[in-house]
Amino acid sequence: MTQPAPNLDPVALAAAVRRGERAALARALNLLDDRRGESRLQASLLLKQLQAGQAGDEGHLIGMTGPPGAGKSSLTAALIGVWRRRGLRVGVLAVDPSSPVSGGALLGDRLRMKTSAEDDGVFIRSLACRGEFGGLSAEVWPMSLVMLAAFDVVMIETVGVGQREIDVSRMCDTTCFVAQPGSGDSVQFLKAGILEVPHVLVVNKEDMGAVARRTLSELGTALGRVHTDGDWEVPVLSASATAGTGIEALADTLAMHGKALVESKRLLERRRGYRAQWLLKRLQEEFGSHGIDQLGGEQAVLQQLAAQDLSLFEQHQALRQRLLATH
Amino acid sequence: MSQDTVKRDRPWLMRTYSGHSSAKASNELYRMNLGKGQTGLSVAFDLPTQTGYDSDHPLARGEVGKVGVPIDHIGDMEALFDAIPLDKMNTSMTINATAPWLLALYVAVAERQGVDPSALEGTTQNDVLKEYLSRGTYIFPPTPSVRLTTDLIAYTVENIPRWNPTNICSYHLQEAGATPTQELAYALSTAIAILDAVRDSGQIPPERFAAVVGRISFFVNAGIRFVEETCKLRAFGAMWEKMAKERYGVEDEKQRRFRYGVQVNSLGLTESQPENNVQRIVLEMLAVTLSKNARARAIQLPAWNEALGLPRPWDQQWALRMQQVLALETDLLEYGDLFDGSPVIEAKVQELVAGAEAEMARVAEQGGMVQAIESGYVKRELVVSHTRRMRDIESGELKIVGVNCYRETAESPLTAGADAGIMKADVQAERDQIAALQAFRAGRDQAVVASALEQLRAAAVGGANIMPPSIACARAGVTTGEWSEVLREVFGEYRAPTGIDIALAGQAGSAAMDQVRAGVRRTGEELGRPLRLLIGKPGLDGHSNGAEQIAVKGRDAGFEIVYEGIRLTPSQIARAAQEEGVHLIGLSVLSGSHLELVEDIQAELKKIGAGDLPLIIGGIIPDDDARQLLAGGVQAVFTPKDVDMNAIMARLVNIIRLHNGLEELA
Repeated sequence: MTQPAPNLDPVALAAAVRRGERAALARALNLLDDRRGESRLQASLLLKQLQAGQAGDEGHLIGMTGPPGAGKSSLTAALIGVWRRRGLRVGVLAVDPSSPVSGGALLGDRLRMKTSAEDDGVFIRSLACRGEFGGLSAEVWPMSLVMLAAFDVVMIETVGVGQREIDVSRMCDTTCFVAQPGSGDSVQFLKAGILEVPHVLVVNKEDMGAVARRTLSELGTALGRVHTDGDWEVPVLSASATAGTGIEALADTLAMHGKALVESKRLLERRRGYRAQWLLKRLQEEFGSHGIDQLGGEQAVLQQLAAQDLSLFEQHQALRQRLLATH
Repeated sequence: MSQDTVKRDRPWLMRTYSGHSSAKASNELYRMNLGKGQTGLSVAFDLPTQTGYDSDHPLARGEVGKVGVPIDHIGDMEALFDAIPLDKMNTSMTINATAPWLLALYVAVAERQGVDPSALEGTTQNDVLKEYLSRGTYIFPPTPSVRLTTDLIAYTVENIPRWNPTNICSYHLQEAGATPTQELAYALSTAIAILDAVRDSGQIPPERFAAVVGRISFFVNAGIRFVEETCKLRAFGAMWEKMAKERYGVEDEKQRRFRYGVQVNSLGLTESQPENNVQRIVLEMLAVTLSKNARARAIQLPAWNEALGLPRPWDQQWALRMQQVLALETDLLEYGDLFDGSPVIEAKVQELVAGAEAEMARVAEQGGMVQAIESGYVKRELVVSHTRRMRDIESGELKIVGVNCYRETAESPLTAGADAGIMKADVQAERDQIAALQAFRAGRDQAVVASALEQLRAAAVGGANIMPPSIACARAGVTTGEWSEVLREVFGEYRAPTGIDIALAGQAGSAAMDQVRAGVRRTGEELGRPLRLLIGKPGLDGHSNGAEQIAVKGRDAGFEIVYEGIRLTPSQIARAAQEEGVHLIGLSVLSGSHLELVEDIQAELKKIGAGDLPLIIGGIIPDDDARQLLAGGVQAVFTPKDVDMNAIMARLVNIIRLHNGLEELA
């Protein structure tokens, strides 16, 4: 038995989210997290409403990733401080791993990101990444859309060198990798091509001195090249969340990458690509790879989706209808 | 041998940890206790004083005068020791983050009494490192905290030579779940961190350093396993002696002696059949007195009813009388050490020493105690131990009479009175304290205050010893909140690791656990998403063990747990619950301010449009208050009586189910 989902008016909810109303945001995020059939339908309607009349290039979605202990949360907290001083509203999706045994999770990132409680310009939602083969939960991306409708900057913060890191770089406008001084892992992974190349690299804890400088120079040599997706030259920065140094420069660099995407008119294209990826994953979940084959295979579906100028909702519905018709 | 020819040892210092409501009320209590034969004072400060807030700070609401006496300024300190000549008193102050400030006030009051501060005797607890692991009254990050600790030590060694500047505490480690081995290892590792810091600060010339080692004392816990506890204290003595000699080169045997005070276990005191606590306390006292070579210098005993609420003067008198009977009526003090040469005792001591040395080596490998705390290592180890203990109580492997066995009881006449056997807090005290504080502030010479605070800031920034400008602040009429605020600005504030990210060690599903997990999963499916629970610790109370255990258990049961650690404002908790989309809020409050805090959180939730979120609470909550909370909309109240964690989890699931229109699970 499932409990009927609460009936939410998608038009009113979308409007309230856009106004940045915290209660509405919380409700919208709960809805996107909800796996009941009728909630999924409502969620699609909500996303359609949020998309309606928007150019699709609103906000800046930043992925922050790196190995455990690199200080991502403290760095996020420091960045929130800078962004708030610049008058930007900030949303954060913090992803923590969950236990494979019980499915339970301890979501502790808020602790490290603690900002002023009374600030309406910051909203943090923690997420357990619930299995999904080590990757990010399917809910993360649609949640980021809700956040983007309400905030100037949205950050997805996740632990990981591996599938989660790749997932996050495939849903964000800008990916920032935080390296831990003295740990050669990140450099090795980058060299071996295991890491998706991030747009910005930052070595945290520069207050550690020599060891941080060494990691910085190793990363510089490992990269020293242009990013695969354009003419963006990957900067390697140094900062310290605890000492509060290098944070302004990091914020500037992240903003510069976002601006470059807008100016080269690649932002919309990229976001449409992510949307296609997500839809593909959703359809795979519902109909299996067999279903995708029936639609002509992954590549065909992706191309088709990227070419269309329909809303996420309409695309999803159209493809589902086609598949259901063949069954 | 006739009794009058026997030479008896001098008894230990007898104290009672006390203080409440106001300086005036506490002073009356102290003078009454001294009249009853108590030989020293042990001051309990309230949480705002311990965490550096004035009584009228928003975070102090509901906490003023609750777990101790509020001290806002020199006027309060003077009233606290009114008609108690400080040169004739031995005063122990349980104070840590604000220890330099409270000692400064004590010195300033001595001056007003015409007492030369160099004659003062007593103890400041001044061990902030354990506050990060248990108890939670830290303010600043570890590095500046260690600096304040060393400043106080360096100052008293030179200026108040009979003062015990720090009481390295293993007491609270046991409370947080430490095994005897862990207690030994972490307390001694803390002592190393502090002594090394004093040595490296360059404030004490090398030839005077032995005097510093000689002034270090310990504050220890004694649990119900009193044979093992005796051995633990003998192990402490042996390890400390060796450390003083080998690591710090102390030649004088007297300066290598392990000196400690003790408060026996309040972790093991039960709420059910509380009269049994009397025999527990007596047996625990034996652990720290039987062995002459490992006997406590000072003892304070808890009252039998501390798991129920605040003890009354009569309850404290009973605790004092236990000590007096042991010291004065029995023949214990007529003999030498009873255990020297016992192979059984010696073997156990060696086992504890070996275990502790191994754990100390692990801490040293990580760079020492400060680093092992910052990384979360020590806290995690403690949470693991505590979780194991809770599991053993739940399974009945660890027997607690009246709690998990022999639960049937006749009605207790001790708790039958109109006061239910505990002291009722004086609700007017907070308002009076605030009014008096505001009047005091208005009557000061503001220019003198401002200049004293500037001197304090200069010392904090520049690295000069913090004590002289703190004493100047005390004389000038600076308040506790002002002193702390300057240091907060310079040093920053800290949030300690919670330690709850422990592995799911050995939690092979019992049938009960499997059933709870199935209920959590099923309810999550019915409601469309996994069940989420926010564990909140509002207010200034830092006793986080209960909250941590619920968080770990909840995670193991399949909940997604949002836990942000201690000292949150009602608004922070309400907003986090909303942002995180939780199904239920669980609060933990042990300071006695549950009524005020719940009321504030409910108001905040309503304000942000989340008034429909269900709320439960756990803590030391008297029955009357529990009834009031339930009537006010709280869904459930848990107290130390509730030891079956699976039953608690099942209850939480059902609360969520009922709240969302689902039928209860059996």
